[in-house]
Amino acid sequence: MTAALDANLIRRHRETMLRVLIPISVVVCLILLWQVLVTASGVPQYILPGPSAVGVSLVKDWGTLAPALWVTTKITLSALALALLGGVGMAVFLVQSKWIETAFYPIAVILQVTPIVAVAPLILIYAPSTQVALLICAFLVAFFPILSNMVQGLKSVDHNLLNLFDLYGASRLQTLLYLKLPASLPYFMTGLKIGGGLSLIAAVVAEFAAGSAGAGSGLAFRLLEAQYRLNIPRLFAALILLSALGVVIFGITSFIAWLSLHRWHESSIRREN
Amino acid sequence: MTNLHYPETPPTETRKRPLVVMSGVSKSFSSGTLALSDMSLTVENGEFVSLLGPSGCGKSTALRIISGLGDVTSGEIDWPASRINSKGLPEGDISFVFQEPTLMPWQTVFGNVYLPLRLRRISKAAARDEIMACLDMVGLKDFADAYPRELSGGMKMRVSIARALVTKPKLLLMDEPFAALDEITRQKLNDDVLRLWRETGITVIFVTHSVYESAYLSNRIVVMRARPGGVHADFPLVTSLERGPLYRTSEEYRATCEKVSQSLLEAIGFPLANGLEMH
Repeated sequence: MTAALDANLIRRHRETMLRVLIPISVVVCLILLWQVLVTASGVPQYILPGPSAVGVSLVKDWGTLAPALWVTTKITLSALALALLGGVGMAVFLVQSKWIETAFYPIAVILQVTPIVAVAPLILIYAPSTQVALLICAFLVAFFPILSNMVQGLKSVDHNLLNLFDLYGASRLQTLLYLKLPASLPYFMTGLKIGGGLSLIAAVVAEFAAGSAGAGSGLAFRLLEAQYRLNIPRLFAALILLSALGVVIFGITSFIAWLSLHRWHESSIRREN
Repeated sequence: MTNLHYPETPPTETRKRPLVVMSGVSKSFSSGTLALSDMSLTVENGEFVSLLGPSGCGKSTALRIISGLGDVTSGEIDWPASRINSKGLPEGDISFVFQEPTLMPWQTVFGNVYLPLRLRRISKAAARDEIMACLDMVGLKDFADAYPRELSGGMKMRVSIARALVTKPKLLLMDEPFAALDEITRQKLNDDVLRLWRETGITVIFVTHSVYESAYLSNRIVVMRARPGGVHADFPLVTSLERGPLYRTSEEYRATCEKVSQSLLEAIGFPLANGLEMH
């Protein structure tokens, strides 16, 4: 009995290890290949630096890059937080009646389909500071996937459960809190994951469009600046920090989704046959 | 507090009054379909009534009207033994078991059974004893912390029944609750429902399309006809044997099934069975 359990445990451990080890070794191999190719072909550093040069730049320029990373992180996360609040709040408002949805949903769609780069100059004029402008841009982009997923989720509640709540004389607030919001949690999590990725993209794009400079700039500005100066290793270093930030956000949002769904939702449960 | 208390015999005054009175009820849907036409039905306290009929005979519609979920197009529905709230619906006396277990997948078994009491703003601590007593009644005391997805179809149905019982309703409405279950589970649950009915003195209206189920469970059968839906026959079912495994194989049960099938076939419009599917 215990032997079988142990064997099972070892098998599961091995699978977890493989899950982590395989992607890591693939990345390591690719980096090595990159280094070998750059060294062998003798490409100049201002065209394609090797990973070692990028690593050196990452350490050497940390003093410039770290504050920029912090600024971008701050904008991304605050935009995401605002988008979550706004998206969920707006979705709850929209599903209150068919007429409210008919009246306001098109506005949300217009906000979404207008390219944010095109709106950015206007926002820059009206916003009190560049930071606020960036925040608004990132918010607008992350807001819609959360809104549309939440609207879908709030409307997809099991009709029998709605009948059950009616039968027990539940108030609108009770139905919202105990039924509609928990039932739309999987949809919210999808919105959160998409919104998390988009808010980072929007924060970077908006900074490109805003062309902010000097102290208090984000990674996007540092990236452009490195390009102007042909400091390609630093450009790569900024790029790596951006992807790292994206990966961390994705990891955190995925973890939150797993945490809230793994006990009950099919998407987070391993299928056993 | 630890035990659910159901009065053996209700006070005479409420006992005299019927639980549900439908008089001349018709119901048509926005599509124009006439689901029920001039249906009258009075259900007394303590009865186990089966609504039996072919699909499309409006038995589910009738049940929803009795529950107060659907409104009637014409006619009247009343619950003389119940307190009626401001919306004109009986308050807290009716529970519904749907064809599907209709559980909230994000809540544990305990949380699902707690729901009706939670909606009445009763705290979890105050409701705990009641919930555990109901789970005990359906044999799921050890599964309070399980999530619905971890349960079999029959167990989910038991949770649904426990949830229906937790408010101590006078009237339990069941809409083909075991139609999707396998035969063995269904028989087991039939016995459980009978036991609950005997122990608690609750009134049950049970919608089914199974002759065998209705003949096994009820002490009154209402056979319905389709297009438009209405009552075809209404007869009591008194048996000399205790309903149980013995009754299932008895001649009396067989004869009852035959009688019920005959009535159902008349309702469908066939004078005699000729290799017809009755189940």
